[in-house]
Order: sequence, then structure tokens, then C-alpha cells
Amino acid sequence: MRKGLQLVFRHDGQLALIIAAMALIFSVVSPAFRTAGNLVSLLENYSVMAIMAAGLLVVLVSGGIDISFAAIAAVTQYVVALILINAGGNWLLAFALAAAFGGLLGVVNALLIYYLRALSVIVTISTMTFYFALLMFVTEGNALYNLPDWFTDDLTFWSIPFPVLVAAILLIITASILSRLSIGRQVYGLGGNPEAAKRMGSNVLGLQCFVYGYSGVMAGIAGLVQAHRVEEVVPSALIGRELDVLAAVVLGGASLAGGVGSVSGTILGIVLLAILQNGLTLLGVSSYAFGFVTGVVILLSVSATAYTAKRQARSSSRHAV
Amino acid sequence: MTDAPKGSQRQEAGTLPTPKGETPFIEMRSISKRFGGVRALTNVNFTVLAGEIHCLAGENGCGKSTLIKILSGVHAPNEGEIILEGKAHSHLSPAASQRFGIQIIYQDLSLFPNLSVAENIAFRHQVETPFGLTRQKAMRKQAEAVMERLKISLPLDELVGSLPIATRQLVAICRALSAQARLVVMDEPTASLTHQEVDALLATIHGLKSHGIATVFVSHRLDEVMTIAERVTVLRDGSNVGTYWVRDIDRRRLSELITGQVFESRLKAPFPTDAVPALEVRGLSRQGQYAGVDLVVRPGEVLGITGRLGSGRTELALSLFGMNPPDAGEIRANDKVIQLRNNREAIRHGIAYVSEDRLSLGLVMPQSIADNTVISVLDRLTGPLGLIDAARRTQTIDHWIFQELHVKTSTADRPVQQLSGGNQQRVVLAKWLATEPRVLILDSPTVGVDIGAKAGIYQVIDALAARGLAIILISDEVEEVLHESHRILVMLSGHITATYDPHGVSEQELLEAIHA
Repeated sequence: MRKGLQLVFRHDGQLALIIAAMALIFSVVSPAFRTAGNLVSLLENYSVMAIMAAGLLVVLVSGGIDISFAAIAAVTQYVVALILINAGGNWLLAFALAAAFGGLLGVVNALLIYYLRALSVIVTISTMTFYFALLMFVTEGNALYNLPDWFTDDLTFWSIPFPVLVAAILLIITASILSRLSIGRQVYGLGGNPEAAKRMGSNVLGLQCFVYGYSGVMAGIAGLVQAHRVEEVVPSALIGRELDVLAAVVLGGASLAGGVGSVSGTILGIVLLAILQNGLTLLGVSSYAFGFVTGVVILLSVSATAYTAKRQARSSSRHAV
Repeated sequence: MTDAPKGSQRQEAGTLPTPKGETPFIEMRSISKRFGGVRALTNVNFTVLAGEIHCLAGENGCGKSTLIKILSGVHAPNEGEIILEGKAHSHLSPAASQRFGIQIIYQDLSLFPNLSVAENIAFRHQVETPFGLTRQKAMRKQAEAVMERLKISLPLDELVGSLPIATRQLVAICRALSAQARLVVMDEPTASLTHQEVDALLATIHGLKSHGIATVFVSHRLDEVMTIAERVTVLRDGSNVGTYWVRDIDRRRLSELITGQVFESRLKAPFPTDAVPALEVRGLSRQGQYAGVDLVVRPGEVLGITGRLGSGRTELALSLFGMNPPDAGEIRANDKVIQLRNNREAIRHGIAYVSEDRLSLGLVMPQSIADNTVISVLDRLTGPLGLIDAARRTQTIDHWIFQELHVKTSTADRPVQQLSGGNQQRVVLAKWLATEPRVLILDSPTVGVDIGAKAGIYQVIDALAARGLAIILISDEVEEVLHESHRILVMLSGHITATYDPHGVSEQELLEAIHA
């Protein structure tokens, strides 16, 4: 594990350095950036993204990809909100419903991928389109504003905003599953060499149900937290979030080829994007420029990762000879 | 036919002096397996004695893999029985096979490159308790216990993906042993190893034997079979040829049993030195790779170059093909000094190179045989408008694939990945011969192909040489170099250290020269 950790640290360390440098620059040029209020709202703004990223990370590590989580979040958000508005309830019920419904939609992805022997990217793009279209068709795009007061009221625990707390707990749970639980190690195995996992007796269907189901659970909870934050449910609000989250997770060192990725890296990836966006906004840069800068940062990061991987592959093949 | 070997095997087993070998660990009796209408195995008998080293030999497609998959429980036989611990089973499930202590190490090793050595060895534990905690300490303990038994030491914290192949193989063996193995089946364990690594592996296999663990290994390298195995079971076309004590047969007999043909291997007569060299190299050097290399190869001559991996042989070959420009020295073709700055120039000077790793470098696997054949001569097949002339394309493909190299296929439109290793190698040859070269460099042309296909490739080499092609044959299989070359150069640490006439040297002397 020492060498594995070294690799993780090297990548995480680079990201942390970049983040520190950017934070420093923004603090100097924009006094608003370094206010505590800004930092707290920054964390809160990105908590929904972080929860989705935790789910996506697990799928990426398993060697698959999930494009449908934002759609799952939108559908779950709407369904759970309807139930809470019409039947009442409490936070516990809300979480249980969101997790169950999101998880169910995630497992549908897993079953389709397993039994159709189809690429996960194709299947989840299809389910994404299907879920979004169905949601827009059924709701006719109408938003829900009459959410219960207990649901929309701001909550803080030890002065930590509720969304940040939820994101933190879920990230810790995800990190524990991936690094400490046998099933998490099997997910790494599956992503590293699926054929070997099968031969070693791993239950591939079970593992896939777990990872896509987990991504669905995270998406469902993310949808719930997002509805709590903005105090309304707009069916189209989460459209287009997929790629931002994917970018953050890949920026955090997860490989689209599977088998590689960590929660710590994912957090740094999100923080990097958050600081970048926040700093540029405070400097009054247009949001188009933000998209441009994000694109460049991701390209640079991916190139750097690919370059190190290539150098390693070269040195290890020389090693093998 | 199927009864006779069974009888002779019994008879031979009866004369066995060592009492230890008499208890069979597993007996597979009259196993037959059909896939649709295709008979993969017919009445095959296969017995592994407890703690023995047994080789399973046969050409590709003879049914070895099917037999192994029946052993591992992946396939169920249509007929026959499997006797384990005194009980007869009609088939084994994968779980039952593992419970009886049967462990398969596949050719690809099936390791997890992104996990540590310790985690790879203890992966089975993760599968058994999916919701349990992983305990690093317990995992390391388990791995250390296995390493102790094998008397080896592995870097437990390293990622498997960063280890050399030979070390990965040891990881796979440790993982098999961590499951209380009583029979370890290795599918071509030595295919990608160097000589020293093979020796280390064979020592490990002996170590297994001392723990009473039986080993079945599949290998195409007959000299390995002869040195390590105690018994060998030969399959041909899905049937038993027989099971033999290795000490009772020699290598020539074994290759006859495997192929059903008698091979005449004659050494080649020395080649006359009066012809103008097709390729001549003087004092060729490249920093850190090779130095002061002189060589001459004439039209119709086969020049063998042998040396270990890392001896500079492949770097030299790449230089002769323009892909690794030398720092010093000169290359002459037909008595004219030529510059080879890239492989297009080499091809223009009539030099062709068939790479060591045909799968990754020589062929575009998903593309058809036809497309692969003409890829290097597309510019010669164009018509007046710069479009490919379909008739000339077909003619080129027919000529090389079917008439010259006899690739076994019904149509040239099949993707090359569907062909056997030997036939793929022929397609690579066809691709280069289509460029009508004067010098053909073959780098380890028979790696990973079975003995029948090897013989086919040797015939092609002989036929090409007879047509006046100058051939440089690079190989670390001394037997191959000895029988296929007119002259043999030995390469060691970047230098040509000896030149031999095949009549004046034995295999043993060559081996010693390589490893000096």
C-alpha cells in the first residue's frame, strides 16, 4: 500500500498545491474572497455536487461510468417532494425515501448493463434521457414551491450548515467503504481487472448493483439536499450537472479506465473547481470565461495524469524486460 | 485408440518404483465434451498423481484448455466421470473445484494491477466476506505465511502493476497457494519469461512438490517439459495420444507424439561467401544499446542472431529497420552505403521487419486479414486517380495469403483476431512480403506458437530463403537458431561475441555462450 499511497499523495499533493496557490492569489486580488462568510457559502454551494461526486467516484473505480445520476436526482427530488407535500413526514422519512428511490433507479442501470452486456456509458445516457424526458413530460416543467416549512428551514449544527454536514458524512462513509470494507476492495479489483474478479469468484452482478445503486442513493440524497437549499423543486434545475461532477472527480485523480480514484482526491477536485469559479465570479469575470478556464484546467490536469501514467508504463515495461 | 493409451498408462504406472506417486489426486475418465456440433474432447483420460509434476502437451486447439476448464468447473463434460477423494462426480462446479484444492493460474495471471501484492494474495478473503472489514494485518500475515512456504520474498506493499512479469507470476502462485491448493494448474507459465526467470519458476514448482502439491503445466517449450515434468499427457485433436514418463521418451519422440508427424531436422550447409551481401553492417554502435556490430547477410542466406532479452538484439534489429538510428558505423545494401533515418527509408531499401510482439505491433487485430496484408503497400496499389485498384488488391492478397503462406481461413475478410497464433504470424509475414523486400528481419517469429505452427513457419523461412531473400532470424530459442540458420551470431551485452557454423556447435555450447 505504501507505493499506492505515495501515488495518491503525489496526485493529491499537486492538487493541494494548485489550490493553495489559487486561494492565495484570489485572497490578494479580491478581499471578498477571504471572508469567512464567502468560504462557508462556498462549501454549502458545492455540497450537492460533492454528494453526487461520491456516488460517481464509486462507479468510476468499478470501471463503469454513470451519466444518469443528475437525472436520478431530479426525478427522486420531485417524487419525494410530492410525497412530503401530500403525506407529510420528517427528515428521517425524507432521507429514507430519497435513498430508496434513487437506489432503485441506480440498480435499474446495473441490471441493464449486466444483462444487456452493454457499455455503461450508453446505458446511463439512455436512462438519463429517459428519466429527464419522463419527468418533464409528467410535470410539464411545473415547479413545486409549497414545500413543508420543516423541510426548507435553514439548519445548522455546531454552526455547520446542514448540506455541508450531510456531504461530509457521506464522503466519510464513501471513503470507509472504498478503503476499509471488503466490498470496496472488490470494487477496486473489478475496476482493475474485471476478468480476474470474475475468476476469483466476485459476484459481478452484485457488485454492479452495489456501485450503481450507491450512485443512485447518493444522487437521491443530493436531490433532496438541493431541494432543501433552494426551497423549491424545479424539474430542470439539475440538468447539465453530470459533466461538472464528472470533471471534478476526474480532476481528483479517478481514472475513466477504472480501478483508480480516492475520496480525498475527489474532494480536492471539487474544491479546486469551487475556488476557481468563486474567485473568477468575485473578480467579475463572465461565466463564459469561467467555462473556458474550467475546460483548460481539466485538460491540463488530465494531460498531466496521462503523461505520468505513460512515463510509469514506460519505466515499468523496461523494468519487466 | 482411446483405450490403448489408458492401458499403457496403467501399465507404466504399475512399474513406478516411487510409492508416493501411486495415489492419484484426481482421475478424469472417458471425458467427452461437445460445443454444439463440435467435438472438443473425445474419451479423454487424465490422471494427476498427488504431488507430481505433470505436463499437458498438445498443439493449439487440441483440447488442453477445454480439459483445464472442466477441471476448474467452468465447463461440464457431456460424458465421463471425475474421481476425487474416492468419489465419482459427473462434473465439478467452480466452487467444488476450489474446495477440492484445484487452483488454476491462467496465462494472463488474472491479477489486479491497481492493488498491492498483499491484497492480491488475500483477495479471496474479500470475496468471502463482502461486508466485512478488510484487515491489513491479517492480509499481510496470510501473504507472509505463503511466501514462507515458497521460500520467496515479495514486496507486499507494491502495486502489482509496477512489478515485472516474473514477479507477478509469483504473486499469482502465492494467491493460488493461499487457498490450500493441492493441485495448481499453470497455463503456459513460461511464455513471457526470460531463461533465468524460467529457472526460478521451475525451482518454485519443485518447491510445491515438496509440499505434496501437484502441478499441471501447459507449455509449448519442449525442453522445459523434458527438464521439469515427471509425466506428460499428450492430446491431439481432442483425444488422448497417451500419458508417458518423461524419462522414457526424448524430445524428438515428444514432438512426434504432439504433432503426429515425423520431423526431419537437418542442419543447413554453410552458405557460399562469394555473393554480394544483401545487407552489410560495419562497426554499428548506439550508445547504451550495442557497440561495434559487424554482420553480413547474403541473398538466400539465413543469419541467426541469438542472445538474451536485453542483449541488444532487438535494438540492433530496430536500427536495421530505421527505427532506432545508430550513432556510428555504416550500413550497406547491395554494396552501397545507405542511411536509415526512419522505417519508410528502410522499406524503400527493401528491408522488412516482423516484430517480436506481433499482437501489439504487427497487426491491427480487429481489421480483416486482407486489410492487414495490404496496409504496407497501399501506395503501390493505387490506380490513376489515386484510388485503390480493387483487382490488384485482391490479387496481392490471394497471392500472399493463400498461394504463398497458406493461411488457414475460408476468407480473407475475417478479422485477424479470430486466427490462431501461427496463422496470425503468417499474416504478419504476408504483410511484409507484399512489400517485396530483399532483406527480411524476423524477431522471435515463433514466440507463443505451438510446435506444429512452428514447423509451418520454418517451412516458410526455408522457402523464402530459397527464393533469394536474405533473412536475419533473431531468437533466444537456441534449437531454432541452430536448425534454421546458415550462420549464427551470439549477442551478449550489446556485442557480437561469437560466430558459429551450425555444424560446429552444440545446443549446449550455444546456451552457454548466450548466458556467459
